[in-house]
Amino acid sequence: MLLSVDSINVYYGRIHAVRDISFEVAKGEVVTLIGANGAGKTTILQTISGILQPKSGTIKYEGVEIQNKPAYKILQSGLAQVPEGRRIFTNLTVRENLEMGAYTRHDKEGITEDLKKSFSRFPRLEERRNQHAGTLSGGEQQMLAIARALMSKPKLLLLDEPSMGLSPLLVQEIFRIIRDVNEDGTTVLLVEQNAQLALSVADRGYVLETGKVIMSGGAKTLLVDERIKAAYLGGEA
Amino acid sequence: MKKSSSRVFKTYVLNIVIIAAIFIALQLMITNGVFNSYTSGLVVQIFINMILTLSLNVATGFLGELCLGHAGFMAIGAYTTALLTINSGLPVMIMFPLGLIAGMIISGIIGFLVGVPALRLKGDYLAIITLAFGEMISILLRTFKFTGGALGLNGIPRVTSFAYSYWCFIISLVLIITFMFSRHGRAILSIREDEIASEATGVNTFKYKMIAFVMSAMFAGLAGGLFAHFQGNLAPEKFNYNYSIDIMVMVVFGGMGSVSGSIVSAIILTLLPELLRGFSEFRMLVYAIMLIVLMIFRPEGMFGRKEVTYRVFRRFLKRNKQNKPVS
Repeated sequence: MLLSVDSINVYYGRIHAVRDISFEVAKGEVVTLIGANGAGKTTILQTISGILQPKSGTIKYEGVEIQNKPAYKILQSGLAQVPEGRRIFTNLTVRENLEMGAYTRHDKEGITEDLKKSFSRFPRLEERRNQHAGTLSGGEQQMLAIARALMSKPKLLLLDEPSMGLSPLLVQEIFRIIRDVNEDGTTVLLVEQNAQLALSVADRGYVLETGKVIMSGGAKTLLVDERIKAAYLGGEA
Repeated sequence: MKKSSSRVFKTYVLNIVIIAAIFIALQLMITNGVFNSYTSGLVVQIFINMILTLSLNVATGFLGELCLGHAGFMAIGAYTTALLTINSGLPVMIMFPLGLIAGMIISGIIGFLVGVPALRLKGDYLAIITLAFGEMISILLRTFKFTGGALGLNGIPRVTSFAYSYWCFIISLVLIITFMFSRHGRAILSIREDEIASEATGVNTFKYKMIAFVMSAMFAGLAGGLFAHFQGNLAPEKFNYNYSIDIMVMVVFGGMGSVSGSIVSAIILTLLPELLRGFSEFRMLVYAIMLIVLMIFRPEGMFGRKEVTYRVFRRFLKRNKQNKPVS
């Protein structure tokens, strides 16, 4: 297993946000965590990437426990996060944002090459490479956030709500890119409210409710599950 | 994409020529009496204020943390340097540069100690802690015997010449620019932009906040040491809250995060109160009104985050050339 999360508990002060959650991500997979607002999805991602600390439980990445490591060390071991709400550096240019993504790397030639690669994957970003990132549209900012995370050459990419606030057409585009990134060999852990879309690109899924895993399985099985349909996909109850 | 090395070399030479030319020009004006002693004193003060403004700009402009106790760090540098030159027994000309370095180091250490708790906090909380720190320093200096108590220190050798202030400024400027426009500087900028995103790209945010904060304290200490030996005496009241605010005003006026802005605003805001002496008692009122007007029309400060570089000049020249046939 590339990533295995074993019964973690995360608190915000007294609020028990994540209860005994366990799941696994194998190399090459796309795994999605779906659930409504407040289910604890973002909290889980932030705990994995080291921004939050779990009160108990372990998170193993490539067999090594990482739950007590600081965020910058976790990133160095090949795990990059695209934070919720994109969080690009609005006053830096597109190019500078991408260079910041490669902050932990020291191979100049590799960085230049990857910069070219991300421009060919996101031609829109190349057109705007010298613009301040704050002037980009929402979809472009999301692309930039993904491109920035990829600049660190992650083995595992954590995506937090990439469809948030985007038009349906752009959402399609973003999910096409996610599939594309996965086909290039990057494992993806995707957190989404848009369950249908998330399950359509994922191999497996976990369904969360108020901090607990209530169901898990193959994406195709979950897509047709009556209970999921009723709760998240807007099917007939 | 790569800058040709000959152009880089040319830029270096040009920089050195300009730095030397400004020095020689000002030095000649001072020695030949074009500037009277009042004016040359003002020149020294401007250079000291430039170091101060630059140093605060590192913490407030580049890192983006509001620090309201900068005068405290300056005071530590000032007293350290002065106490060393007065008490060491070594000739002043040897002790003074050593004292300046010692002042920087002690300021840096205190900066580190304040930073450990303060940098875990953000925004308003950090502002309040630094504010309290500044006041504490001013009170401690008044209490301790070895700092001369409320009387302060007198009879400090007045050895801060124009040359000293100028070269200290140049050294600070070069160090701050090279650091801020390096990979490390970019890391500090990214913290200002968005701390979570910065952490998500792998920046050790606490370490870089500390580096910026300590750097800021060290250069403030340097400015303090120069100030002490320019004035010849130190009074603890000088380094109170108001003085910290004065420095903050210079940073905001010039533009948070702009080196060029800090330099220009330190010049203007040091000269302005002097030039306004004609208004006599209304002087500070006019000064305040001018600040308010600037903040209304240019809230980002004179320069915002922009810098004056050779590239800007080249572009400007090119544009003028292109415009000529038309006009």
